[in-house]
Amino acid sequence: MSEIDIEQYKVDEEPFYHAHGNEVAQYEAAYAARLPVMIKGPTGCGKSRFIEHMAWKLDRPLITVACNEDMTAADLVGRYLLDADGTRWLDGPLTTAARIGAICYLDEVVEARQDTTVVIHPLTDHRRTLPLDKKGEVVRAHRDFQLVISYNPGYQSLMKDLKQSTKQRFVGMDFDYAPAEEEAQILAAETGIDADTAQKLVQIAEAARNLKGHGLDEGISTRLLVYAANLMKEGIGAVDASRMALVRPITDDEDIRETLDQAIDAVFG
Amino acid sequence: MAEADQIKCNYREVTALLPETLAELRPRVSAEGLRGVIKGLELLCMMGRGAEPPLVYMEEAAAVVDHAGESMLYPVAKAAYQISRSPNAEAIVPFLQTVAAVARRLDEAKLLQGYLDLVQEMVDRTSISIHGSHATMPSPALIPFVQIAPRLLGELNIGGLKRWMAYGIAQHSHHPDHLAEYFRLDTPDSRAVMQRERSGTLLVDVERRLELFQLALWRIEEHVYPYSRMLDERSDPRPYYDDEGIFLPDVHEDLDNGISGLEQYLAALAHMAGHRQWTAPVFADNRSPMQRIAIEAFEDSRVEYLLMRRYPGLRRLFLALHPVPKEGECDEAKSSCVRHRLTMLSRAILDPDHGYRDPDIIAFAQQFHERMAAGETTTADMEMLGIQFMARTRRQSDSLPNVWFKDTQIDYRDDNRNLWQFYELDDDEDFHVEPTELEEAEPDDTLPPRHYPEWDYQTQTYRPDWTSVYETLHPGDDPARIDALLRKHDRLAKQIKRMLDMLKPQNFVRVRYQEEGSELDLDIAIRSLIDYKSGHDPDPRINVSHKHNDRNIAVTILLDLSESLNETVGNSGQTILELEREAVSLLAWAIEQLGDNFAIAGFHSNTRHEVRYYHIKGFGEQWNMDVKSRLAAMGAGWSTRMGAAMRHAGHYLGHQKADKKLLLVVTDGEPSDVDVRDPRHLIEDARMVVHELKQEDIYCYCINLDPRGDEYVADIFGNSYSIIDDIEKLPEKLPKLFLSLTKG
Repeated sequence: MSEIDIEQYKVDEEPFYHAHGNEVAQYEAAYAARLPVMIKGPTGCGKSRFIEHMAWKLDRPLITVACNEDMTAADLVGRYLLDADGTRWLDGPLTTAARIGAICYLDEVVEARQDTTVVIHPLTDHRRTLPLDKKGEVVRAHRDFQLVISYNPGYQSLMKDLKQSTKQRFVGMDFDYAPAEEEAQILAAETGIDADTAQKLVQIAEAARNLKGHGLDEGISTRLLVYAANLMKEGIGAVDASRMALVRPITDDEDIRETLDQAIDAVFG
Repeated sequence: MAEADQIKCNYREVTALLPETLAELRPRVSAEGLRGVIKGLELLCMMGRGAEPPLVYMEEAAAVVDHAGESMLYPVAKAAYQISRSPNAEAIVPFLQTVAAVARRLDEAKLLQGYLDLVQEMVDRTSISIHGSHATMPSPALIPFVQIAPRLLGELNIGGLKRWMAYGIAQHSHHPDHLAEYFRLDTPDSRAVMQRERSGTLLVDVERRLELFQLALWRIEEHVYPYSRMLDERSDPRPYYDDEGIFLPDVHEDLDNGISGLEQYLAALAHMAGHRQWTAPVFADNRSPMQRIAIEAFEDSRVEYLLMRRYPGLRRLFLALHPVPKEGECDEAKSSCVRHRLTMLSRAILDPDHGYRDPDIIAFAQQFHERMAAGETTTADMEMLGIQFMARTRRQSDSLPNVWFKDTQIDYRDDNRNLWQFYELDDDEDFHVEPTELEEAEPDDTLPPRHYPEWDYQTQTYRPDWTSVYETLHPGDDPARIDALLRKHDRLAKQIKRMLDMLKPQNFVRVRYQEEGSELDLDIAIRSLIDYKSGHDPDPRINVSHKHNDRNIAVTILLDLSESLNETVGNSGQTILELEREAVSLLAWAIEQLGDNFAIAGFHSNTRHEVRYYHIKGFGEQWNMDVKSRLAAMGAGWSTRMGAAMRHAGHYLGHQKADKKLLLVVTDGEPSDVDVRDPRHLIEDARMVVHELKQEDIYCYCINLDPRGDEYVADIFGNSYSIIDDIEKLPEKLPKLFLSLTKG
């Protein structure tokens, strides 16, 4: 479909990504074989950044869909809209990606309901097709098309899980927060704060991660550390920035908040 | 000795000892004061209770003067005299023996007078009067009260003591044994009221925060336990940790320098975490006691140094909490200054601006820092430093019995019991504490009791830890009985089933006529299009959206199992209990069909000390044979202390993750118990529970089988109740009632 502007989906500049292992090579192999990829890991550990980085590296357009509970199959595939002349079909992001050969990234896919995610099945096996039943068309996926999903096993509740039939269509990669030293390096490289402050921020994050399951569903993510560092660069004091970016967003539990505030005091002195 | 001659006293022991007493008092008091003593003594001699009271009085007089002034000498004797005029003569000597210790705690004449008033109030209010006539029996609580007063005043101020006393008298005055127990501080409520009156930060209030703190910073998952500095038998009760957990003082006052109680706990936890991480025990056998305390000082400094390197913010706490001994304050000629010296050293290591001039202190502090800066250190390094320091600074006077303690107590540091190990256990070592043997737990499945408060509507306060709830698994019987019951109500079950099918969560509900929706609703869209083309205003609501209709309900069914359930009703000859069992079986089956998360429990009580809570089905449990067998065995007895059981049920329900929480109480009568005379008391308490639970988003609903129950049920549950008059219909009504209650 020529009217689609592919360029808008291209990643122009290299997104900063610090590899911990050989995940880059693994992903490249999966892409070469056009295997659908599933990426698991806690929130804010760099899943989306990794995909962006890979899209840039492979020079593919990237179409990201943030999944949510209200999302329906139509939101992925496309729907009829009305205009002055009658109804008109509009491709959904999944269909667009399949047509133009983009990487389609379904972020936090468990947030979508299970019956919604079933529409990706025919795209993720040998068929590589997407039937648009309402329109009466079968879209054959472009040869460069690849589907990537991500989810966070941490807050998976009983209600939110992928069907086995969905899971078994993907190759999987586990992501986690980088080890302390690397995380500090990432932080310094991403935001330009000094190594010492970066290391202290990581210390606070570690303290919070130790509390996971004791009232915290998730520890402080690398993303929040970046926020804290950015606040500091805007001139906010270290303690205030940490409270604002690292503690207040993640908990409403007074005891946890106090504990983390104490930890911040202990770290920054 | 003019005064001694003039005294009117018939006891020869008293007149014999008087000159000595007066000689002791003369430098402290004026002539007026001396007259007060003489007058007091005469009063005590006159009351005719033997020579002991005046003798004890003479012994304690000097201390009373020192702490409360001479003006209090006579009032003390007068108070003893007042006691003697009541039936409480036995209490005179204990009162006089402790009055000096009380004076020492209060340290002010006016406050001591307040104490004397309290004693008088005790006499008036707790002496037992029979038939309201003149007091004839001694107060069971007076002696325990005067004996415990000095200890309590170490923790409470006089106002707190007064409130603690007033509470005890108000709650227990009808029961002499309980009264005595309360004033001996032997009952949970007595201790709880005392805790409430204390100022400062209580460990129990910050327990979770502390545990989270050490988990966050050091990944230590240990429980913290309080010990009472007042009741602990160790001579120097410092924090410690062992296999059983971490032990911290039960309360910390906020300090004048702005360090809060919580921060003091944090400092102690941090210090112990440092030991856990970096201290490797060394052998104590070859070290002298002096060497040991020096090694401990260095090791404490080392772990703190390492702690502050990782968490620099701790420095502020340590600096503020570590005492600052004054150089030269301890006279080496007169006292043993070893503690003073070591505390100075420890301060010098901690605080670079210590300003001490002692060359040894400076040299060793420097050595310490050099050693630490050089890289990895171990406990053994500190052992060497400690021994060298002792060798260098040892004084003859160090072994004097008169040890200088001022500014040498470092309260947040633990007692270092984990720093030492022994080749041989030596009887002389008193700082190795043998763990006391744990008592064998009772060989049944009873959990330790949980204490709950109870609302006292008359005073508008909670009685803390008033009820003891024992939770047990209900014993089982043949589960087939329940299946048989369900078969018996086969028709009813079918009826309910039809209702259920209508109620069952329809995961997907289409909502039509939406301007914005997930899909186009073609029928309406086409109609709109036609309208549009034909020049009418089209209806813009041409989409449909979908909506979930999930039930997310947690229910606890709380069954009254009191004695009255054994009554038979109606023509069938069934007891209420049997009907209740049938009804609950059907209800449980229905809820299981719905897929809601539910628990079943029963309760009855035999005074506040024994509220039994029977676990029949837990939230995690399936509706299986075990549950059915417990339900089949359900029996009835005792009374209905509803509030305590509801609090316990609410405790579990509160931990459930559900949008809606329902506590369904099935009862056949008003709350009552054998130890409560006021019929309103338990009703008001239950009403308070409903209120408390509401604040936790737990909705209480009562199904009452007492046809005359309207009034009190409404008092307790407001509008949320149903009364089932025809109890034989219960099996039919209960499930239907539940369904209508929870229908979306």
